[in-house]
Amino acid sequence: MTETKEEKIFDKKISRRQMLKMTGLGAAGVAIGATGFGGVIKTFGMDFFDDDSTSTNKVDFYGEHQSGIATDVQTNIYFASLNVLVTSKQELQELFKMWTPLAVRLMNGEMIGDPTTNGMIPPKDTGEARGLDATNLSITFGVGPSLFEKEEFGLASKKPNELKDLPHFPKDQLDTAYTGGDICIQACADDPQVAFHAVRNLVRAASGKVSLKWSQAGFNAFPVSKGKKQTPRNLFAFKDGTENPTTSSKKDMNEVVWVQSGESKGWMTGGSYLVARRIQLHLETWDRTSLKEQENTFGRHRDSGAPIGKKDEFEAMDIDRKDDKGNYIVPETSHVFLAKSVDARILRRSYSYSSGVMDATGSYDAGLLFVSFQKNPDQFIKIQNSLGRLDKMNEYITHRGSALFACFPGIQKGSYIGEALFKTL
Amino acid sequence: MKSKSLLAILLAGSVIVTGCNNSDEESSVKNSSTEATTNDTEVIDLQTEIDAYKEFALDQMDQFTTETEKFVAAVKAGDIDKAKNIYPNARMFFERSEPIAESFGDLDPRIDARLADLEEEGQGKEDWSGYHKIEYGLWEENTTKGYEKTADQLLKDAKELRARVETVEVTPDLMMTGAIDLLNEVSTSKISGEEEIFSHTDLYDFKANVEGAEKIFTILESKIEAKDPELAKNLTEKFKAVNDLLAKHETKDGYISYTELTKDDTKALAEAVNNLGEPLSQMAIIME
Repeated sequence: MTETKEEKIFDKKISRRQMLKMTGLGAAGVAIGATGFGGVIKTFGMDFFDDDSTSTNKVDFYGEHQSGIATDVQTNIYFASLNVLVTSKQELQELFKMWTPLAVRLMNGEMIGDPTTNGMIPPKDTGEARGLDATNLSITFGVGPSLFEKEEFGLASKKPNELKDLPHFPKDQLDTAYTGGDICIQACADDPQVAFHAVRNLVRAASGKVSLKWSQAGFNAFPVSKGKKQTPRNLFAFKDGTENPTTSSKKDMNEVVWVQSGESKGWMTGGSYLVARRIQLHLETWDRTSLKEQENTFGRHRDSGAPIGKKDEFEAMDIDRKDDKGNYIVPETSHVFLAKSVDARILRRSYSYSSGVMDATGSYDAGLLFVSFQKNPDQFIKIQNSLGRLDKMNEYITHRGSALFACFPGIQKGSYIGEALFKTL
Repeated sequence: MKSKSLLAILLAGSVIVTGCNNSDEESSVKNSSTEATTNDTEVIDLQTEIDAYKEFALDQMDQFTTETEKFVAAVKAGDIDKAKNIYPNARMFFERSEPIAESFGDLDPRIDARLADLEEEGQGKEDWSGYHKIEYGLWEENTTKGYEKTADQLLKDAKELRARVETVEVTPDLMMTGAIDLLNEVSTSKISGEEEIFSHTDLYDFKANVEGAEKIFTILESKIEAKDPELAKNLTEKFKAVNDLLAKHETKDGYISYTELTKDDTKALAEAVNNLGEPLSQMAIIME
């Protein structure tokens, strides 16, 4: 049944004009869509794909905010930064419209096209996720500063002031192979193949419209204790993300992560800024560093994750604590001391990566794909500037990649990714 | 190599006595009682070794100041060639004793900051000072003009550093962590050519960092030998391996430019440093 309906949307014979008409009408479908059919919903003779609540391990696509931000951190990421090849605002808009039903279907754990009966053409879905469920796939779309600088799109007036390349930070050694991008797709899932499949199929469907600028796969692992997922450890073996805002708390999220009305350009209300940093961790040097020095670098104990001098991971850091000689117990040059010295919070959602061997040194090309969400990039900039050149961690890491993206607010049923940006006001 | 005679001079220098203070270790033992393994070390007497290291550091700093004086004089006299010649050699004294120089969070960046270390690219350039700023003038702009004030400040900072090194509390921890830090410096910035991006004299810094680490090993060698002869032997071999590799890139005055190294060269050097770093991190067994 769904197969014939899919044809309507994916049949290449449908002209762009018709496509626009259909998706334009989609807005009227919101009311009907809300009644909650799974899969495809038919309204006014056109179809759109809905979240299928019967799917296993499923994260919803539609909602107030995009998935992949407040969503519980999955074990895998495939992050892609794209350049756009299209040259008009309308084509750009069509791109996001085309991606919308695909993203819904991917997040349902469905194939994005019907099994082909014509053996002479390649299948629509690349197929490597067949037989796997949705594995909590989330797909997050964002746009980078460079997109707004392309005159042909006429988006200059829509560019938020804060959406600009991150400043140069001390010790940055950025490689253009891992910086910037017009569009980002962050696919996270509890399976590496599902995350990769999502990006692969979205990029393939946009063939000729976008090109891959850079990408990075990453992983996380969660020890489970008493049935509860614990904070994951990075490749330096320290827990990462202990002090994150509580994603289930509306207050925390509104304060730290979600752009509120009036805080940015209107189209960003309900959205968030994504900072991506590809940080090489020098594993060989770390591994020859004494445990005491490792702990002084982070400002935490390695095994427990507790602040230095404390027992439990979640005890307050209290960076002002001093010993009887008047010295700070948490060293002033430790990562956590410096990060806590500024009044700024961010939501970290980082993943480790291991991508082979550095050509020039023979060392691991491994590290952290640092991803953070904040309502204003300044939150990240403040913290990074505070770490500055004092951070003891600098000796063991090198920032190689950097990008900033404005992630759209959530998508309403019948609407499409980034609609608010394209609406003429 | 020049450094050999240098070492001989160092060993003959006078001994300056400092108190061995383990307050660091003591307080963290107290503070991390939950993680007792971290600091499960008893205090053993390394006073002779500490004194030897301090003597070494002070001597390096003396020579650093002297060489910096010559460098600054050349810059101010507008003698570009001479300044270029002194530059990598003067820096070696600093790089050898970096564990000590680093303990002054304000002076170290004033003398040794790279442009990449600065906060804002446009704005930061005005705040830039020290050797690498003059390096930029010499190699990028081929001039000393406009760098006279920077040179004056550099000499002042070098002298201040020399004076303040007297006050450094050398501990076994500083020495052992310092040896590793020196190798880490090599692995993260020297091997990638990021330290001397204009002059490409990275191999001088590389050599000096290794010598700084080797000096610490030499001072501690008999203690290590007594505890674990295999480790001492291994370290001797691994230092030799690094030094032999470096020797391949020597010229009659010093070292070839970083840009002349092939990927295979840098890879071989990096691996030799890593092979040295792993056993070097075991030196602290002498504290057990």
